[in-house]
Amino acid sequence: MPGLAKTIKGLWSLIVGLGVTGVEFFRPQLTVHYPRKEVDNLATYRGHIDLVARDDDPLTPRCIVCRKCVAACPSGCIAIESRLVGAEPGGDARELSLAPGLIVTGSHAAPPPRQKIRREVAAFHLNYNLCSLCGLCVQTCPVQSLAFSREAYLCGSSRADFEFELLERLRRRAPAGGQRAA
Amino acid sequence: MTMTEIISHPLTKLVLGLVLILVFVGVNGLILVWMERKVVGFIQRRPGPYEVGPHGILQSLVDGVKLIAKQLVTPRGADRFLFWLAPMLSVTPVVICFLPIPFSPGLTAMDVNLGLLLILAFSGINVLALCAAGWGSNNKYALIGAARAVSQSVAYEIPLLLSVLCIAFQTGSLSLSAVAEGQSRGLLSWNLWVQPLAFVIFFISATAETNRAPFDLPEAESELTAGFHTEYSGMGFGLFFLAEYTYMIVVCSVATALFLGAHDGPFLPGPWWFVLKVYALILALMWFRWTFPRVRFDQLLNLCWKWLIPLGLANLLATALVLKLGE
Repeated sequence: MPGLAKTIKGLWSLIVGLGVTGVEFFRPQLTVHYPRKEVDNLATYRGHIDLVARDDDPLTPRCIVCRKCVAACPSGCIAIESRLVGAEPGGDARELSLAPGLIVTGSHAAPPPRQKIRREVAAFHLNYNLCSLCGLCVQTCPVQSLAFSREAYLCGSSRADFEFELLERLRRRAPAGGQRAA
Repeated sequence: MTMTEIISHPLTKLVLGLVLILVFVGVNGLILVWMERKVVGFIQRRPGPYEVGPHGILQSLVDGVKLIAKQLVTPRGADRFLFWLAPMLSVTPVVICFLPIPFSPGLTAMDVNLGLLLILAFSGINVLALCAAGWGSNNKYALIGAARAVSQSVAYEIPLLLSVLCIAFQTGSLSLSAVAEGQSRGLLSWNLWVQPLAFVIFFISATAETNRAPFDLPEAESELTAGFHTEYSGMGFGLFFLAEYTYMIVVCSVATALFLGAHDGPFLPGPWWFVLKVYALILALMWFRWTFPRVRFDQLLNLCWKWLIPLGLANLLATALVLKLGE
């Protein structure tokens, strides 16, 4: 009687199922009653991105303004404003210059040594309204200047509340009296 | 007519009984909705309703207020009369189903000698209500839900009756009070021990008759939106909901009276034991709902026609045979 055996097996499976839910009924609950309690496993939480400060200077981000994150972002959340540091006032620092070793035809001396110019973040805008939290910007950053924040309880009542200036956030986050390292 | 005559008049008792039943139905609806949500919460390791009142006990009350405050919408093209008749038709017979239930020897609203028949007859009206709701809604999901409700109820009423008949044969009476009286001599006198198969068949059929999961095909959310009550808003839906939970109490009360010794039990007074057993059975129904997945329609009917009806018939024949031989 294979049919009967199958039926008995099926009936037994019903009892097993009741056992499973019955045991779950008496096990402790997993819900965290939010306003009264908060979760403590935020270490791996992926909130919106934040700038990471340089090791030697809590006020300056590691960012080298390569704009790879801007290119990588599929939603166009990120906009970076930069300024050039070390440029002579009035001069165009982006002017093409020859390698210092070369001597230009018709001149008798090497050009003046090239000034060390670097770009610096002037403003780092994040429009979190558009972000899909894919994390491509964090993966792409060559100097690990971007990291996920742990703002699990972020809330706001307008779109403007989710447009962040990350540089300001970094400066606000810096330890009190954090001076630019010498 | 003196005061004593008025009080002892059967009509007074009936009216008083009806009022108490209405209170019982309303309060029980609120408690059962809360209980159901607590049970599913616990099974899924959540707290369930928690914020309104201590442990969310007032949640179903505020839900009820919300339902009452909502606008009643009649869909375009609906049969207005049938559409609004259906929820009332669903709830009203429930009150009558409570009349012959023997909470204790003294606490029976109306002791009719055809109590069982009364309950079975009036609970059948619910099917008509579902049918009217589905037809009157002018909605394909509601109509499919209603068609399912009818075929399911018609099919499962047979094994239900067969299992009830076994007890009726044994007791020789259709009065629930008489059946309860026969089981009032301790745990071993309960009909459950004599008719275990009838009890199982009755309980399965009752689950199907009340449209509870895993037999909740008339409202199958995943296929039919909400089945027969898709188009109902506010208290229209609320009444169907109340009726569903009240029918749960009715079938569990009948199961208690027929098989589980009714008001029989030590220490506590009879009515407490009755209510305790009813609630234990309802808890089992809820446990079923949150454990078993919904069956397919062919599985549902196969279970009925290929298993429950033959088993019920065999059980009935065996009961008749044993009774006849025992004479």
